[in-house]
Amino acid sequence: MQTDISVRHLYKTYGDGFQALKDINLEIYRGEIFALLGPNGAGKTTLISIICGIVNLSDGEVEAAGFDIKRQYRQARQAIGLVPQELNTDSFETVWNAVSFSRGLFGKAPNPDHIEKILKALSLWDKRNNRIMSLSGGMKRRVMIAKALSHEPQILFLDEPTAGVDVELRRDMWEMVRQLRESGVTIILTTHYIEEAEEMADRIGVIRQGEIILVEEKDLLMSKLGKKELRLQLQHTLEKLPGELTLEPIELSEDGHELIYTFDSQQEQAGVARLLRTLGDLGIEYRDIQTRESSLEDIFVGLVHE
Amino acid sequence: MNFYGVRAIYNFEMARMKRTLMQSVLSPVISTCLYFVVFGSAIGTRMGDIDGIDYGAYIIPGLVMLSLLMQSISNAAFGIYMPKFSGTIYEVLSAPVSYFEVVLGYVGAAASKSVILGLIILATARLFVDYTVLHPFWMLSFLVLTSVTFSLFGFIIGIWADGFEKLQIVPMMIVTPLVFLGGTFYSIDMLPPIWQTISLFNPVVYLISGFRWAFYGVSDVHIAISIGMTLVFLIACMVTIWYIFRTGYRLRS
Repeated sequence: MQTDISVRHLYKTYGDGFQALKDINLEIYRGEIFALLGPNGAGKTTLISIICGIVNLSDGEVEAAGFDIKRQYRQARQAIGLVPQELNTDSFETVWNAVSFSRGLFGKAPNPDHIEKILKALSLWDKRNNRIMSLSGGMKRRVMIAKALSHEPQILFLDEPTAGVDVELRRDMWEMVRQLRESGVTIILTTHYIEEAEEMADRIGVIRQGEIILVEEKDLLMSKLGKKELRLQLQHTLEKLPGELTLEPIELSEDGHELIYTFDSQQEQAGVARLLRTLGDLGIEYRDIQTRESSLEDIFVGLVHE
Repeated sequence: MNFYGVRAIYNFEMARMKRTLMQSVLSPVISTCLYFVVFGSAIGTRMGDIDGIDYGAYIIPGLVMLSLLMQSISNAAFGIYMPKFSGTIYEVLSAPVSYFEVVLGYVGAAASKSVILGLIILATARLFVDYTVLHPFWMLSFLVLTSVTFSLFGFIIGIWADGFEKLQIVPMMIVTPLVFLGGTFYSIDMLPPIWQTISLFNPVVYLISGFRWAFYGVSDVHIAISIGMTLVFLIACMVTIWYIFRTGYRLRS
């Protein structure tokens, strides 16, 4: 697999002494969607800003598309498109001019056909002669994406792309990101919406207090860290948990109506059979059984609070 | 060299001038006209010649310099301050453009505007007073050199400023007094000796003196010193900008 982003022993300490990133090591492969998750202030935006050249690194090495971001910054930056978190736009410019400006800034010869293609794909074509200040928030977000795509980057950074965006636009964006990946673009997105990472990402990295604490294939992560929960609705309420069951990771709900058994989905399923057998032996009857798999959100909350 | 990048910044800035034609061209032209009417036609007729030059004509180089300095500084300062203020600076910082190319784009555009403005003011002045340009080459050289130098200076102010107030402070509080006391309306020779010496610490004296020499062949200080001082200031601005970019001061944390 070709590596598009390679981060080695990256450190960042801000002027006020705040250590934003500590020994970050990360490889992102060509054509994947990589989701970077982490609570506010964990260092997601700092990491992206360093790779894109907006923030200077303190120590370490970063390569983008095989080019060192300091020594070969021209090639490295030309390969990158960035959609930042905040909606920063030139209010007085028209959509067309703003997007064309970005293309030129990134060193590409004018190509009206390409700009037209992007604007149409992002449903901005009708607004091309409008000043950006006259657009809605969602439309401004689209303009920022169009700017980032104007120079045909190999790598696209989306920093909280769907923050404050309505459901329909979010779905549109997911669709667009998928299409971009199919065309071979590497996509790195940070997000607060775990749902988004779960829906889109091939791999997931979790950052906490400036350290990458985990990088894993999404599916593997789900099965590795995912917990399963078995809930048994009892026919008759129990006063307390019978002694035979206290060794198991099992709880009795407060009203005594439910038994809740948690187990790793990795574990062989013998536990469930054993539990059900024991219940049968004890003569405890149940009306219903439910199992639930933990979502990425639960996993995430579990990880960052460890 | 990222030619398209420089062109994009340059065109973007020039488009901004077109959008703000009233403010960036019309208003300096009008205020200069007012000076000509008041000092040139009204009061000037009652005043004698200075160094053998009619007073109305005598103040032209100084008035052009006044607009040139003010506009160079405020154009360049605003040009780089606005993206910083609105946050769109991220795009320039993440683009494959070198420091030199960024400066070339922003300062090039600001200086171009100033040169255009200077020529417009000179053309307008013609409507009020008759003047000659003895050394057209040096006149244009001074025009361009001053525009570039003070656009660089404005660029530094734009990076340094962290509020609109600071953006205005330098042109209003420092440059305007320096220009008024720099011999726009009088010859330094007319001052008492002590003020003549003090005036020599005012960098604008050298600019106006050199510029006036290009018009009429008379100057307060030798033309070589004028050019030398302007170049010194130009180099000082370049070194400051080089330092700003090298350290990332107020641009890259």
